[in-house]
Amino acid sequence: MKKHFFYITICCILLTSAIPLSLAQQEQIDPGKSVYEKHCLSCHQADGSGVPGMNPPLSKVSWVTGNKTKLIQTVLNGISTPLEIDGEVYHNPMPSHDLLSNQQIADVLTYIRSHFGNTANAVTAAEVKKVRGK
Amino acid sequence: MLMMLSLHFAIAQTLHADPDNGGLKTPAGFGVIVVTPTLGKARHIVAAEDGTLFVKLRQLKDGKGIYMLRDENGDGKADQIKGYDNYGGTGITVYNNYLYASSDSSVYRYAISPGKDPINEKKREVVISGLPYRPVHEAKTITIDDTGKLYVNIGAPSNACQETDRTQGSPGINPCPLLETFGGVWQFDANKTNQKFTDGIRYSTGLRNCVALEWDSHSQQLYAVPHGRDQLNTLFPNLYTDEQNAELPSEEFFQLKKDGDYGWPYCYYDHFQHKKLLAPEYGGDSKTTTGCENKEQPLMAFPGHWAPNDLLFYHGTLFPEKYKHGAFIAFHGSWNRAPLKQGGYFVAFVPFKDGKPSGDWEVFAEGFSGGPEIKSPKDAVHRPMGLAEGPDGSLYITDSVKGTVWRIIYTK
Ligand code: HEC
Repeated sequence: MKKHFFYITICCILLTSAIPLSLAQQEQIDPGKSVYEKHCLSCHQADGSGVPGMNPPLSKVSWVTGNKTKLIQTVLNGISTPLEIDGEVYHNPMPSHDLLSNQQIADVLTYIRSHFGNTANAVTAAEVKKVRGK
Repeated sequence: MLMMLSLHFAIAQTLHADPDNGGLKTPAGFGVIVVTPTLGKARHIVAAEDGTLFVKLRQLKDGKGIYMLRDENGDGKADQIKGYDNYGGTGITVYNNYLYASSDSSVYRYAISPGKDPINEKKREVVISGLPYRPVHEAKTITIDDTGKLYVNIGAPSNACQETDRTQGSPGINPCPLLETFGGVWQFDANKTNQKFTDGIRYSTGLRNCVALEWDSHSQQLYAVPHGRDQLNTLFPNLYTDEQNAELPSEEFFQLKKDGDYGWPYCYYDHFQHKKLLAPEYGGDSKTTTGCENKEQPLMAFPGHWAPNDLLFYHGTLFPEKYKHGAFIAFHGSWNRAPLKQGGYFVAFVPFKDGKPSGDWEVFAEGFSGGPEIKSPKDAVHRPMGLAEGPDGSLYITDSVKGTVWRIIYTK
């Protein structure tokens, strides 16, 4: 009985300390997620599904998974002419995010290219730097 | 006319609600019939005197932007559907036996004739052309008063009149130059054709985007429920939390007065503090009211971002007495409450007396989105958009996702 209690206590300690740790670890592994939540989520939504008629989706669109230069330019310069994707027109503007660092942009683009059903490769800070310098 | 009305009364007696209530939840005694399931990206709707419905679409379906629905056999379902004309838009209304409809830059009209083919698109007349257009907040909602004055929403193509729209750190322009040609309701003449933008007068200003705009023939007043601004938290993370942004600013219900200034972009309403506050782009700190003292106050305020997309004053006798002359508001539903759960996606009712709310608002019809909780707008199966009252007093609601049209009847 005593032994049981001991194990249960150990278990509880392990559980309670393990959960916050793994969350913090995740944050460390995925800094792109926190940039996304702060700067992109309200318009493109948590699951990258966007808002019909206003903000386009980031899930399974070639813009996100395709040409990196164009993608980096989108975040640096924004877009102000309505896009049409799969027959739906998106009316809001995409604001420029050139205040973000090269690393932050690389992180967030890597994040959106590898989430929401997308499986494209990472974007590096050096690639962002090259496009910003043009 | 009298015969037509009595005919419709007879029809209403034999109507039966759909077994699943059209997928919606309504108060006890009400029932719902799906008039048509998938019309397209529906916007506003109007019923002509004989009960024929006209729906405006945002994007063309089969090349047509206005759809006529008729129910010949009286079961409540549309058995005749016909499309007309080739432009998308939002506004549609009936006045003096004409159908008025708007694109994002013009208002047109068509004489209505009785029968199965009520309008002739080849005989369309231009009422106004050249209205200011930019792709943001482009919907030109229209409503006509009893003396033939035509009111048009010209939404502001901007969130809060920053130098660069929706961009962190960009200041608000003072004075906001957009207000000269946008961000208000303009007044024209419904009986004149070929008017230009400059033939209208700016009736009310400081209105970000009044998709819900309606003349009330009972109180003889004009009302609007504009969309409040977005992104207090993402543009000013030091002043507003995600939780505050989900609730603020309030969606405001206004009675519009000539030359009234309702505050956008300088001021917004906070329904917790019951005050008009200075917008952060103009130096506000989420508390100060300086500069907002003379802005018009709302009749009622709703939580933020619910996106009021139509307003209807109910004058029929089909619904119980409490609904008479009250207001229905279609809340299209939010996106900018994220990361918190979304809100809206229902039709509200506000009781009215002497042209003012006489009690609190309540949910009238819900269940559009198809789930108890909406995280992202894309998850919504339907979103309530346009409202109309039929000659028998039925309430019609359109859906912007698939184009379902519902008819709400009272069955007790
Ligand atoms: C204020 C709302 C808003 C914010 C914030 C925002 N976007 Fe966008 N984004 C848009 C809109 C609207 C468009 C489409 C522009 C148009 O149609 O003119 C767009 C387009 C895009 C596109 C290209 C089109 C597509 O669907 O793939 C990408 C990629 C993108 N945004 C990524 C981002 C990223 C990454 C962030 C955060 C760093 C971000 N956006 C922040 C509104 C926003």
